[in-house]
Amino acid sequence: MRYLSATALIWILAAVLPVVAIVSLSLGTVSIPFQKIIETLVYAFSGNAEYSQINSIILDIRLPRLILVLLVGAVLASLGAVMQGLFRNPLADPSLIGVSGGASVGASIVIVFAGGAMLPPLAGLSLLAFGAFIGGVISTLIVYRVATSSLGTSVTTMLLAGIAIGAIAGAINSLLSYFSDNQMLRQISVWQMGNLGGANWLKVTIMGSISVVLLALLPSQAKALNALLLGESEARHLGIHVQKIKRKLIFLTALGVGASVALAGLIGFVGLVIPHMIRLLIGPDHRWLLPASALAGASLLIVADSIARVVVLPAELPTGILTALLGAPIFVALLHRQREEL
Amino acid sequence: MSIVAENISLHIADFDLLRNINLSVEAGVVTVLVGPNGAGKSSLLKVLTGEMEPTRGSVLLNQLELSQWDRQEKANLLAVLPQHSVLNFPFTASEVVGLGCIPHETGYAKDQKITAEALQVVDASYLQRRLYTQMSGGEKQRVQLARVLAQVWLPSQHGDQFLVLDEPTAAFDLSHQQMTLDIVKKLSARGVGVLMVLHDLNLAARCADNLVVMNGGVIEACGSPDNVLTEQLVSKVFNVQATITRHPVTDTPLVIT
Repeated sequence: MRYLSATALIWILAAVLPVVAIVSLSLGTVSIPFQKIIETLVYAFSGNAEYSQINSIILDIRLPRLILVLLVGAVLASLGAVMQGLFRNPLADPSLIGVSGGASVGASIVIVFAGGAMLPPLAGLSLLAFGAFIGGVISTLIVYRVATSSLGTSVTTMLLAGIAIGAIAGAINSLLSYFSDNQMLRQISVWQMGNLGGANWLKVTIMGSISVVLLALLPSQAKALNALLLGESEARHLGIHVQKIKRKLIFLTALGVGASVALAGLIGFVGLVIPHMIRLLIGPDHRWLLPASALAGASLLIVADSIARVVVLPAELPTGILTALLGAPIFVALLHRQREEL
Repeated sequence: MSIVAENISLHIADFDLLRNINLSVEAGVVTVLVGPNGAGKSSLLKVLTGEMEPTRGSVLLNQLELSQWDRQEKANLLAVLPQHSVLNFPFTASEVVGLGCIPHETGYAKDQKITAEALQVVDASYLQRRLYTQMSGGEKQRVQLARVLAQVWLPSQHGDQFLVLDEPTAAFDLSHQQMTLDIVKKLSARGVGVLMVLHDLNLAARCADNLVVMNGGVIEACGSPDNVLTEQLVSKVFNVQATITRHPVTDTPLVIT
């Protein structure tokens, strides 16, 4: 039995998100009252914001970061749900197909061989982001090729190939760390903790466009994902073109997670735990699971990022540390409740 | 119309799983496949439903080659219940049965109605809101049966429909075995072609219009249960000495071992 209907949960999450967002905008070295934030946003959207220091803090620093955080959280959580459905495994997460491992190798290579962020940024983006994105996409392609034969793509082989590629990526990373100096080591480890600082409107635009693509293409795959949970041959007998769906979903995941990792570093936990939690509440129907995960992922990451920004003022913590610290206890509580019911 | 296997052979990794099989599964007829373990029953089902390509020969669904059918149209004509299910996500029974409505998609209200009716037919209305992962083996199998029933619940504009069941009664108690036979009879009376694998020869004798006995990848005998089920055949195929008599009530062959 379930205690919460899917629509009720989505309404709750949709109501929570703007509240969390406005609280997040108000927090920081300079705390800004809610009223001022709403005023500034209204003026900015009607196109006649005047320049002031407060406006600049909100519109140039906090708002782009907030939107980037929101998009990354939503993308990671909904693609986590997609991967868990595709692999028919509630323990799958987006990094399983090798994206994160490849991305961190790409990032480390750039840091070690090109001096990382010291290099002049290319069109407003650091070379690091490019390295991470390319690394992530290449390793996904390798995993996909290994698992694909004339009989189609085997998700089991993909899972194992993902683990193998992850291990190789880990080894290359260690090798690169071994040969790097202190400065590089620090950069590599900070990158791997996931950091959403340095958000700007260009990053928001890139992540936004990718989110729009995902938003346009994912909902139509929800029914196919539901059918896939029955098993691949059962899905085929229900008229689903299984191989085409797999190819499409793996491509979209590589794109979405690749971009998230490139722009925000490694943010663990959101993609694994959010869909799992939502499934415990409203069940595995992807028509509701995907939007609910996106909303919850966005909220969780906003909360985690806000805490990361204020907890050690005037410095800030990498966001990735906070997602696990925040998400894990909620997750454990839910698991505990579920066990008591059985 | 029918599903026709034309001279099918299936050869995998040096094994001849099926050899020169010719079989016609007619609409409105209950065809039952029996045979010892490893006789090739499941392989034949896989070839007939398009899950495996035969090494030689072809399969025609309503006179059109299986691979030529549009996926969705084919799904409206052919529903398949596998032997085992791998579903381990906590769908409710209604949601599982609702998945069977994907091919025809006649709208939310109608899907709900079909789902409720299909669950009632398999005596699982009380499971509607229960989670699949918390059900017993027999309950799960009934819900899966309801799912494939929902898939062919309404006649299709694309032609005659077929229901393929691989050992549907394996997890069932006596009353639900009987229920399965009743459902199958009703469907075939409506014009649906039913093909199922059974292990219980007496159950097979009671519901089969056409009984197909497989052994070692070939069809050993085929026809009405009265003609097919002989002591000689049972001894040859199953390696069991049996006495065959008549069922006192249904007057179908009764195999006593």
